[in-house]
Amino acid sequence: MEQLFWATFTMVAGVFGCVAYFFFSNMLLDRALPPRGPNAGRNINRANALRPWLFLFPAIFVLGAYLIFPVVNSVWLSLNNPSGTRFVGAENWSWLIGDGKFWESMRNNALWLIVVPALSTFFGLLAAALTDRIRWGNLAKSLIFMPMAISFIGASVIWKFIYDYRGEGQEQIGLLNAVIVAMGGTPQAWITIPFWNNFFLMAILIWIQTGFAMVILSAALRGIPEETVEAAILDGASPLQVFWKIKVPQIWGTIAVVWTTITILVLKVFDIVLAMTNGQWGSQVLANLMFDWMFRGADFGRASTIALVIMLLVTPIMVWNIRNAHREAR
Amino acid sequence: MDNIAGTKSSLTWAVNLAVLLLVVLWTVPTAGLLISSFRDRDQIATSGWWTALSASEQNQMVRAEGPDAARRDENGIWVISGNVFDGGEGEVSAFGVSSRAPTEYEPGAVAERRDSRISVAANGDYRIESDEEPSGSRGTRLFVTTKMPPSFTLENYRRVLFSEGIGRSFLNTLTVTIPATVIPILIAAFAAYALAWMEFPGRALLIALVVGLLVVPLQMALIPLLKLHNSIGIGKAYLGIWLAHTGFGLPLAIYLLRNYIAGLPREIIESAKVDGATDFEIFMRIVLPLSFPALASFAIFQFLWVWNDLLIATVFLGNNEEQLVMTGRLRELLGSRGGDWEILAASAFVSIAVPLVVFFSMQKYLVRGLLAGSVKGG
Repeated sequence: MEQLFWATFTMVAGVFGCVAYFFFSNMLLDRALPPRGPNAGRNINRANALRPWLFLFPAIFVLGAYLIFPVVNSVWLSLNNPSGTRFVGAENWSWLIGDGKFWESMRNNALWLIVVPALSTFFGLLAAALTDRIRWGNLAKSLIFMPMAISFIGASVIWKFIYDYRGEGQEQIGLLNAVIVAMGGTPQAWITIPFWNNFFLMAILIWIQTGFAMVILSAALRGIPEETVEAAILDGASPLQVFWKIKVPQIWGTIAVVWTTITILVLKVFDIVLAMTNGQWGSQVLANLMFDWMFRGADFGRASTIALVIMLLVTPIMVWNIRNAHREAR
Repeated sequence: MDNIAGTKSSLTWAVNLAVLLLVVLWTVPTAGLLISSFRDRDQIATSGWWTALSASEQNQMVRAEGPDAARRDENGIWVISGNVFDGGEGEVSAFGVSSRAPTEYEPGAVAERRDSRISVAANGDYRIESDEEPSGSRGTRLFVTTKMPPSFTLENYRRVLFSEGIGRSFLNTLTVTIPATVIPILIAAFAAYALAWMEFPGRALLIALVVGLLVVPLQMALIPLLKLHNSIGIGKAYLGIWLAHTGFGLPLAIYLLRNYIAGLPREIIESAKVDGATDFEIFMRIVLPLSFPALASFAIFQFLWVWNDLLIATVFLGNNEEQLVMTGRLRELLGSRGGDWEILAASAFVSIAVPLVVFFSMQKYLVRGLLAGSVKGG
């Protein structure tokens, strides 16, 4: 309880601190360069040149300390020994190239990168297209969207229960095995089957991300000019043709945004793997490998190297985003 | 727009069915765990949650009362009798007298053994008759299959909240979440206003920088910041995690708010300037109140993100009783009590409940925020 008091106090103090900073810094600026008197014109110009930086300073400071500095620092750490005290050149990088677990992670990440965005977008598009046509569509959307609110670790608990395995002949309490047994198959310990277990972990992220894809794509579908659809229908197009040949081509841009957004998320996927298998049985991924080296291995050099690999993989999307934002701004 | 001229879809049925299938697929996993969290420990372990509403069958072994204490002489036959439920309720659907065939006899039938005759009635009453006087303190083993009526309990929740530490972790999570949601908003709002409505050199560059930082993977920041926190004496404490979440949330906050604020009508802001309002006044009196929807969108994002985060909490907070957050506790339980589904299910739902309430009550703002900020990768 005392803690909550401190949390609330910090929040209030933080808010007041922010407001006070902005208020007093602006007041100081007005005092130092008063917009009246003999130099009014010059003062106003100077104050206007300075004021944006007063507004921006806290944000730039925090961004610099918490995002930009770490990127630079990571590059340096990846060239150092485990505790970051001695320069070792490219040693960590050459270790990485020769490490089996790293390549296993790269392979798994590649699988994740193909499967998760593709299926999430597909199911999202399907759900968006279908729910727009029925009366209880909004309710359906809410329910499909719901997993978005659930933490990865909570989702892992939910799905671990689905994949639960009991020895053959025992009553299966995991839904998947129960269905398999009911259809006459043999129960499996799904998350321990090398290679295929990756797909069972991916199912969790697809389950979470489909709602996101659906919401964005649904808005895009609604934004399609009606005339194009009407014209196609008058020309005798079937509903499927209307969907695939008229609607989908018009929302390619949005599909690309959804796809890249999920791609970035996938590159950072960590909680699910940690909770379900912790990288055992051939299911390691980069983010969890990095975490492993950071905590269990206590090797900051190698961990930073792996983090940089993730960063490098994200970079193309980053550049693409910046270009897009730039084009929109113009 | 699909029902114009004769296309009134003959597919309506198929569409309804397909959506129903999707919805079922997407809700059943959560429903399964939710139902399980209200079930009794033994029931979870022996039957699937989908049987929760029907009576469940259970095999168990009970010992009859020991002959020394309970034998009676009834007209030359020695009898031991009692009830397998020992005063409780239930229904026997089958019984047996050896572990090899635990369901050999129907209730009411008589099992003939070398020296005795055993019968168990449907209501659980058993009767063991023997011609010679039985002796010994240990009773005969009876194997009964019982039907348990469906039952639901809040016991699991009581247990996780008060003795498994989830209650404490709930408070810790709240402690992390409140400041980490509110503080970035103000910092971002001022920056967003400057980026949207003030002219200065380097503005385009700063906007590009913010868009770029949106996707920087958190993994990059962990080690350098951990070292930084240790060297400036914050260490693993709440202050550190508040700052970290503020930093990681800022790019999205600035991006969302700038887009929104830039879209406010120019006339309002310019007429205020003509009336002699300073930028600070314009921001506090006009921009901030008008941006409420965008502020709410971001607040929900950040709330869900901080509440559900495991990585940052693991790195920047310790895992002692005062600092372990719910996601961390859940992870620990998954490791240490992997098979105790009653604990896991109830714990998971305690941690999921708050985000779900926020989600369903503020969905409108969440959707709006998603649409405005779909560049960000979570």
